[in-house]
Amino acid sequence: MNTKEVVITPFLETEDIYKSFNQVKALKGVSVNAFGGEVLAIVGDNGAGKSTLIKILSGVLQPDSGIIRIEGKEYKRLTPKKAAETGISTVYQDLALGNTMNVAANLFLGSEIAKGGILQKKKMREEAEELLKNLDIHIPDVTETAGNLSGGQRQGVAVARLVHKGGRILIFDEPTAAMGLNESAAVLKLIKRLASQGFAVIVISHNLPQVFHISDRICVMRQGKVIKELVTEDTTMDEVVAMITGASTTS
Amino acid sequence: MKKRLKNNSYTFILFGVLTLLTVVMAAASPYFFSWKNFRNILNQSAIYLVLSIGMTLVICAGQIDLSVGAVIGFSGMSMGMLLKAGVPAQAAVILGLLIAALAGFLNGWIVAYGRINSFIVTLSTMTILRGIILVLTNAKSVFGFGPVFGFIGSGRVGPVNMPIIISVIMAAIGSVLLHKTKFGNYCLFTGSNEVALNRSGVNVKKYKVLVFTFCGLCAGIAGMIVTARLNSAEPLAGQGYEMDAIAATILGGTSMRGGKGSIIGTVAACFILNVMKNGLTLLSISTHYQEILTGLILLVSVLISESSQRRKSEV
Repeated sequence: MNTKEVVITPFLETEDIYKSFNQVKALKGVSVNAFGGEVLAIVGDNGAGKSTLIKILSGVLQPDSGIIRIEGKEYKRLTPKKAAETGISTVYQDLALGNTMNVAANLFLGSEIAKGGILQKKKMREEAEELLKNLDIHIPDVTETAGNLSGGQRQGVAVARLVHKGGRILIFDEPTAAMGLNESAAVLKLIKRLASQGFAVIVISHNLPQVFHISDRICVMRQGKVIKELVTEDTTMDEVVAMITGASTTS
Repeated sequence: MKKRLKNNSYTFILFGVLTLLTVVMAAASPYFFSWKNFRNILNQSAIYLVLSIGMTLVICAGQIDLSVGAVIGFSGMSMGMLLKAGVPAQAAVILGLLIAALAGFLNGWIVAYGRINSFIVTLSTMTILRGIILVLTNAKSVFGFGPVFGFIGSGRVGPVNMPIIISVIMAAIGSVLLHKTKFGNYCLFTGSNEVALNRSGVNVKKYKVLVFTFCGLCAGIAGMIVTARLNSAEPLAGQGYEMDAIAATILGGTSMRGGKGSIIGTVAACFILNVMKNGLTLLSISTHYQEILTGLILLVSVLISESSQRRKSEV
């Protein structure tokens, strides 16, 4: 799992997505690509359409027009179930874990290993340890209560659950908001590691230094449009800020 | 192993308190320490224990069921009226238990699909059920049911009373349900984080209905024991019992907010409350003082468990 996969065709592709809420045109023809093995950051001011786009990808909202292509397969719209089946998983920031439940129970939530309704707790513990080890997420004891974990570990468990359920495109919405320095660092490391293991990772963030730190590509959105897709290495923070604010449009 | 001890430390404290209480009572009263008296305590505890098992699961799921006392009266009265109408004991018992489970099902269904707070729903059903009993019976008791039904309340298998056997079986079932099954796991998760459970594709509503149905069934079994023991179905049977069940559950370490609890804790707490009652009665201390003491114990135990939880979440 540790080999860096080279994927040429995009894992996820959207083409000309339009979405309006009554009079408000939230998305006006959005086309983005996400590849396996890379971190794609989506940046933009409030109201640029980032959240709407993510909700469409995770099936919560349906687009008015446009095409979503996942591994070459075309979809007009997705439902949350369909999105999950195709491997699109959204990592919710803090509502993902039951704080009074242990790590293994949290990890297998909704896909418990059971025989005739009786949980196979030992097997679940062993598989949880294996899964966390494969993802390089360090949690010393899977019987630990989730409420006692650090913010980084908690995101790790949330991600492990999604991966266990077949997630291959992991979407993080403001992954480090309200987190301490050490915890943010742990989450950022986790995100980079997931990409290096071949997952397609999409990160939405307002924190530009962070975006520059972790992303391979940056997609700048403004007023419902993708105004530029940039390779992180070839751009500067000033350039991105100018695009976000509209000081410079395209160059 | 060490961690396991730490996790169950509260249960160990409960058993420590129970042992201490037993020793103190044995020293204070010469009548206390005998098989006959222990059997008496177990027999007295049986009704509360059965009731508290259902309550534990409901509270673990972050809900509350105030209607269990009324369900005791309702199922007991149903069985009593059926028996009086000449229905065989076995059929009357099964029908009475089904009625109790149905009452629980309705509670759960309204809570889950009406999206109404369980406190309000079960407060209403409590009042409604009690009202129906009073209307049906004109507030009069129904009594005299014959030996087959009476065996449930006062019969013995060897040296052990039937209510004790029933309560042990129910405790075992409750323990397996809560700690070993998917159902119990989802109950705890409903109390712990309902949103996450829902997002994971689990039908939370279904499990809410199920846990209330189970609680209703437990109340029905308690109602069966009460009615059989008295050989009489009283219109006001079970009144206030919901408070005893909630007290035992919370004293047993189940979190009022849900997501955390254990059957063994509830069992220990049930015995603590009943050993205390029994001992104080043997010492001829008025039941009025017992009420005060029960309330104080509950308050102190909640203070201890809440403060330890708060400490944990602050770390």
